[in-house]
Amino acid sequence: MRTEKPKGRDGGLVQIERMIELEVDGRAVRVPEGSTILDACKKLGVDTPTLCFAENLTPVNACRVCVVELEGSRTLVASCSRKAEPKMVVRTDTERVRSSRKMVLELLGSSVNMSAAGEFENWCSQYHAEPERLGTPSHAPAVIDNDLFVRDYSRCMLCYKCVEACGDDAQHTFAIVMTGRGGEAKIATEFDVSLPESACVFCGNCVGVCPTAALQFRREHTLREAGEWDLAKQTVTKTVCPYCGVGCVLELHVQGDEIVRVTSPSDSSVTDGHLCVKGRFGWGYVR
Amino acid sequence: MIVLWGSNARETHPIFFHHVLRALKRGAKLYVVDPRVTSTARFAHRHLPVRVGGDIALANSIAQSVLSEGLENRAFIARATEDFDAFAKLVSHYTPERAEAMSGVDPSLVRELARDFATADRAMICWTLGITEHHHAVENVWSLINLALLCGQVGRYGAGLNPLRGQNNVQGGGDMGALPHKLPGFQDVEDPDARGKYERSWGATIPPNKGWTLTEMFRAMERKELTALWVIGENPAQSEADAHHVRGLLAGLDHLVVQDLFLTRTAEMATVVLPACAGFAESEGTVTNSERRVQRVRRALPPPGDAKDDLWIVAQMAKRLGRDFGEPTAEALWDEMREHSPLHRGMSYARLEAMGGIQWPCPDDQHEGSPFLHERLWEEPVRGPKAPFHPCEHKEPAEALDDEFPLRLTTGRRLSEFNTGVQSKGLASPLVKDEALEVSPQDLAALSLLEGQRVRVRSRRGAVEVPVRVDRGLPKGLVFLSFHQPESVDTNLLTIEATDPRAGTAEFKAAAVRIERCE
Repeated sequence: MRTEKPKGRDGGLVQIERMIELEVDGRAVRVPEGSTILDACKKLGVDTPTLCFAENLTPVNACRVCVVELEGSRTLVASCSRKAEPKMVVRTDTERVRSSRKMVLELLGSSVNMSAAGEFENWCSQYHAEPERLGTPSHAPAVIDNDLFVRDYSRCMLCYKCVEACGDDAQHTFAIVMTGRGGEAKIATEFDVSLPESACVFCGNCVGVCPTAALQFRREHTLREAGEWDLAKQTVTKTVCPYCGVGCVLELHVQGDEIVRVTSPSDSSVTDGHLCVKGRFGWGYVR
Repeated sequence: MIVLWGSNARETHPIFFHHVLRALKRGAKLYVVDPRVTSTARFAHRHLPVRVGGDIALANSIAQSVLSEGLENRAFIARATEDFDAFAKLVSHYTPERAEAMSGVDPSLVRELARDFATADRAMICWTLGITEHHHAVENVWSLINLALLCGQVGRYGAGLNPLRGQNNVQGGGDMGALPHKLPGFQDVEDPDARGKYERSWGATIPPNKGWTLTEMFRAMERKELTALWVIGENPAQSEADAHHVRGLLAGLDHLVVQDLFLTRTAEMATVVLPACAGFAESEGTVTNSERRVQRVRRALPPPGDAKDDLWIVAQMAKRLGRDFGEPTAEALWDEMREHSPLHRGMSYARLEAMGGIQWPCPDDQHEGSPFLHERLWEEPVRGPKAPFHPCEHKEPAEALDDEFPLRLTTGRRLSEFNTGVQSKGLASPLVKDEALEVSPQDLAALSLLEGQRVRVRSRRGAVEVPVRVDRGLPKGLVFLSFHQPESVDTNLLTIEATDPRAGTAEFKAAAVRIERCE
């Protein structure tokens, strides 16, 4: 015979949120234990560029564009992953931080087509980065091996987000990995087979997290190739997936009365920003 | 601990399964009960290969194990439940050894699940149609409820009973009273007080008796009592079991109205077709998901051609029937509904927007919604009625296997497709393959078939031709078909309309078939 178990809304688990106080650019800030320096920066409204970071993925410290100066640390630290600690003194606006970010932007921008990477161009002017002085990225045609999404390697900055979303941060399909070393490194399927021949289940969660449009919806790719892709003409409407009963929140990106892309907000308690093949791609019937 | 029973959630509820995967990473244990080794079962710590139709026997044998080892929650049983003695007496006959012949599950697996379920701090049973598409659907569900009551695994955060809804608003349809015996908010239509609220508000009389379930409607068509039908967003000509029979009944109607986005097989039979909007992208409103979360759907696109919003169509229909509803907005209707439904009263559109959806019950505009139900069972003393055990005996599927039809056919969904395919057939996923009859390697060999060979699958009700494909996850004697491609493989010609007398669900999961060579 067993005794009764704890009852209540939290199942008897009491979550105590400890707060940590640190200093960023001379200002004190309190964040819950477990927060990162980036969280503290956000709380203070300190604008910090990020590329390989996503709210719904484990930080991998690949791009180094979010680095900050931390008192007592020999090197700059990645703010997206470094946990905040009591009494930390962080500086985000020093010459060292600025020149490091500038270098990262120039290295990325000279090796990869970053033109579709969100704020990239704004950051370049903010940090006086001139990628072209180091060279211009080479072009290669996108890999089109299925009707749902394309892989444009000339835009891939090797940020690992797609690998994480496909792997144990969300989808657990493990269809893609980083292969090769140094200049040969690239994201690939097992034995570099086409996506339809791989373990891919076409959830498109890799597309959803890609920061540079290296992974694009097929329709998006067609529009970009034709020079018709125009964010200014797009509306984004939040709604709910029409398929199973999980109720995934969808953001329908519409251009010219046509759905051109579907995403899910990473702060949705239902999806954490991830979708399945039907939610991501199964809207063709409304066109 | 999570028990997925009769659910291939990895394929049918992929984003729910992400939450399960996260729990597994945090140390939760997953048991999957399914006749097939599905992609879901491959993630499980333990897979219990239940025989099709053996769920009650399995649940009873789990209960017997819990009781024989003294792991039941006696304080919970005494305070919050009733009819325990009758239940304990019935399950005492279901020792795992005796039940194995009915359930097909190894006694050691039964005892392992029983111990883990009874001793877990929080355990949840989730199920889908593997439980409910049987002629004893309600008894299957009761058997799972019995287990939760036995171990006190209900009414607490992280514990409970969770039927995973298969369509984006099947819960919302029920919430809004699209059930033969309910008004919005699950208020009983046969309760004069509940009816009275709506009658005063609408200035109209509501029929005082409950209506027909879908299956009862078909029986009424057989008796010629039901002669006109208005079908909204459903394709019964292809989705119902024993499709030949159903199509005959639909063809025999005096008047059939179909309101749909597509010219479905049912719409092709209609007297009138009303083109409708896509709910999730072309109209405003709400849907309720499987966790009772009400969320907004919004218009992102103008509807094509003459397609009209469902609300507009219904209002126009009312007008022609002599009642002017005006042109209500979705929000105005919602506000009227929640005025009379205590479960929804606190859910204004503004709050739904601000809170990213709210889980009912949400009785007022301060309430934050309810992540789980039945918390009252932990109050001392329990408020309201106690939760009854429902002792259930094992029942075989309606159609027994015999020499003529020796194979068990079970049906289900695949990842990239949906129901009768009307929405999903435009989805160009490389995973969508031509429908094939999945068979075990043993049956393939026994029937001297080659993979890809076309066969005729025949039941007492019809036959379809389809290529065979090996699925190593199938046990000998069990074959599988989806119902996603009815244009080429009309699976529901084979399925049996044996229905649960209470719920009206047909036994899509268990038909008797044989495989014939196509000459």
